[in-house]
Amino acid sequence: MSKIELNVNGQWQTVDDVPPDMPLLWVLRDRLGLTGTRFGCGMAQCGACTVHLEGNPVRACSVPASAAVGSRITTIEGLAAADGTLHAVQQAWLEHDVAQCGYCQSGQIMSATALLARNSKPSDADIDAAMAGNICRCGTYVRIRKAIHSAATALRARI
Amino acid sequence: MSGFHIQKLDRRRFLQLSGLTGSGLLLGVAVIDSDPAHAAANTLAPSAFAPSAFLQISSEGIVIYATQPEIGQGVRTSIPMILAEELDVAWKDVEIRIASIDAKRYGVQTAGGSTATPRSWNPMRRAGAVARAMLIEAAAREWNVSASECRTRDSKVMHAASGRRAHYRDLAEVAATLPVPDADTLQLKTRTEYRLLNTRVRATDGRDLVSGRPTYASDVRIPGMLYAMYVKCPRIGGKVRAANLDAVRSLPGIVDIFVLEGNGDLTELKPGVALLARDTWSALSARRALRIEWDESSAASDDWPSTLAKARELAPAGGDDATGSDLIAERGDVATAFASAKKTLQATYSYAFLSHAQLEPQNCVARPLAGGGMELWPPSQTPQRAQTAVAKLLGVAEANVTIHPQRLGGGFGRRLNNDVACEAAAIAARAQAPIKLQWIREDDMTNDVVRAGGLMALQGALDARGRLTGWRNHQITFSPDGKRIVSGGTLRADEDFAPLLPAVRITRSVLPWSSPCGFWRAPGASAFAFPLQSFLHEMSIAAGRDHLEFLLELLGEPRWLPPANAGALNTARAAGVLRLAAEKAGWGKRLPEGRALGIAFYFSHTAHVAEVAEVSVDAAQHITVHAVTVAVDVGPVVNLNGAEAQCQGSVIDGLSAMAAQQLTHRNGVIDEKNFDRYALRRIGSEPRIDIHFLQSDFPPSGLGEPVLPPVAPAICNAVFSACGQRIRSLPISAEGFSI
Ligand code: FES
Ligand code: FES
Repeated sequence: MSKIELNVNGQWQTVDDVPPDMPLLWVLRDRLGLTGTRFGCGMAQCGACTVHLEGNPVRACSVPASAAVGSRITTIEGLAAADGTLHAVQQAWLEHDVAQCGYCQSGQIMSATALLARNSKPSDADIDAAMAGNICRCGTYVRIRKAIHSAATALRARI
Repeated sequence: MSGFHIQKLDRRRFLQLSGLTGSGLLLGVAVIDSDPAHAAANTLAPSAFAPSAFLQISSEGIVIYATQPEIGQGVRTSIPMILAEELDVAWKDVEIRIASIDAKRYGVQTAGGSTATPRSWNPMRRAGAVARAMLIEAAAREWNVSASECRTRDSKVMHAASGRRAHYRDLAEVAATLPVPDADTLQLKTRTEYRLLNTRVRATDGRDLVSGRPTYASDVRIPGMLYAMYVKCPRIGGKVRAANLDAVRSLPGIVDIFVLEGNGDLTELKPGVALLARDTWSALSARRALRIEWDESSAASDDWPSTLAKARELAPAGGDDATGSDLIAERGDVATAFASAKKTLQATYSYAFLSHAQLEPQNCVARPLAGGGMELWPPSQTPQRAQTAVAKLLGVAEANVTIHPQRLGGGFGRRLNNDVACEAAAIAARAQAPIKLQWIREDDMTNDVVRAGGLMALQGALDARGRLTGWRNHQITFSPDGKRIVSGGTLRADEDFAPLLPAVRITRSVLPWSSPCGFWRAPGASAFAFPLQSFLHEMSIAAGRDHLEFLLELLGEPRWLPPANAGALNTARAAGVLRLAAEKAGWGKRLPEGRALGIAFYFSHTAHVAEVAEVSVDAAQHITVHAVTVAVDVGPVVNLNGAEAQCQGSVIDGLSAMAAQQLTHRNGVIDEKNFDRYALRRIGSEPRIDIHFLQSDFPPSGLGEPVLPPVAPAICNAVFSACGQRIRSLPISAEGFSI
């Protein structure tokens, strides 16, 4: 049990009594009240819990919070700009009305933003590879793909 | 005649009913369904003394209440749209609020059976039309003109001759003082007049969803809440004999641990051990140290491999008239049809048990109230039934149980059952503390109310002209007691094409099965479409005929099948979607080598759906589904965006389930406990999905389910045409195929 300091969405947070094996997911959800990162399987199968560590997508259910100390952590709550302007990926998700139940979509969006940060023009195969860890039980894949392509276009237009 | 009486609520009464405290004048339009037929069907129909309020117009704005549970089918958007259309309000002016759970005020609030849209269609249209008429009347009086000279558009009443116009907001005060017109005297819009319906409207809470705002039951946090887990016997129905409670109680973060006996109903409260901790991880960690000795003397011993083997023996034999199976339907002279047939065929089909696997595992926050009551936040498709079940469990009046409606992270039928609400209530009541019960995925998959598997042995007879003259279907399904068939396992006498067959005999044999089964997206149809629509294809192939033409011949003259109402199959609507799907998919066109089309129809939830799949199959039996063309007649489309989403999702779900999903019960224990063993489809190689609506003025059908059933037979029929192999088991992985 120890006290840890985490950098979440640009803010330092002190969390007391964190067992060394406690997954980042439960620190975010139960201790910090950041419930946008969701629990689906607890074994890195579904991607509902995807967050960024230093910009890389990771499954928060399978990363101990202690291992995230010292890294920049970004969750879905930290994706929009400070003034509330949505990230291009979030915006594309709205435009394509991607969500059905919506439960997987935080994780989908985190995987998609990480993809577009390193690949400004992903092919369908790139999308398949980057998004393979995110299950959508409602089957919104057709719209996820379209939304990623249109977010990519929007982001390229800004450069 | 229908009896939707519409009442205006006086302001005091409206405020009282809606729990509002705000200022401003309110026009509350209440809709009471007093049609005795509906009252009989809906025991929860509202009474005239507690009308339901769907709409509120005041100087502050226009509010439409979303009353039905949102499970991803889009009803928080689509059902308010129905009212908004008749009200002639600009959609951007509408604020949607979530209605409380209250049968007296809102009537039935259920997401299941694709019923929310059809159930809401008339009440919402009439509420909109009545409010609009009152707003027009208010404007006419203000302007001293005739109401008939006024028109409405985009939340305004307009008088062309004088050029005057007024916003609904500014008319509400006067409108609220007017008598309520009889809805039967009002002209509802015709489909060609729609400006909002059948357009693409984005989901109401889209911004919350993409921003990760607290949205679901599992996001609920209340002060002082303890985090609970509830450990049940891996073998369904086992009881707790002993457990190392004291050892676990002393572990870090654990607040309490105790045994609950269960209430004897496996779909409400199973026996188990409740762990209460300061966070989910403490509970999970302690759970690993928990040692429970189970009493399995009355636990389930269901075993799918041996049951399937037994069923495979029983199925073909039982189809004969000689066996002692139960008769479901018999019409025409079946024996003669077979005796005089030019050709007969028989085949046995099977379909596996399935998990709901909604992505949000079961969970529920509960808070004990003074006087023994309970407040709950359950992810329920049937929140009113959750209230009833919890009240019964706790032995309190329903009025002492408050249910807060939640958006659900998927339903698919799983959350028609309220076991998680019962568990949360029992744990919170015992602990006398607010708790959040969280199931882990393993709890969710092993305590599901699963989609029952089954078999069908089918026989068909063809005459010399290749016409289908006889049909036998012997279904193998399950029952816990030999009498009551498991939920979702009942084949109806009029299932799909059955009433169209000249001579038909449908029988059923029942094998014992005690683990809970339940409704899974398109109950019955999701399982039965595959054998029925595949075997029809086997028959047309045997007859050497084109399958589309064969199906159209069976449909025959345009007519309603019994009971000849809008809830029945209409052969013209069925032929319409078959022809449309075929035409759009290019039925009969020349395809590249190795590719083929397959077509299937299915009637479920009052919707007529036909689908054509275009596939190719490689030497390793891997199927590529290039395209699925979907033709749907659900009457008028409400929200085109949402309707297409349901079609796309149903096709993907159908593919996902048919490819590799199956649950294996072994001696009462489910093998597949997480997604590593239960394959939900991931992104990649989605077929092109073309969706076509054959819109009509028939009452609308819901769309959450009916597009799923034809997916598997359309694809398997195409596979046969592509490679000559007939798939007769689902999932197709059981026969060495993959998608
Ligand atoms: S909850 Fe982390 S991957 Fe499923
Ligand atoms: S939208 Fe429901 S799981 Fe993806």
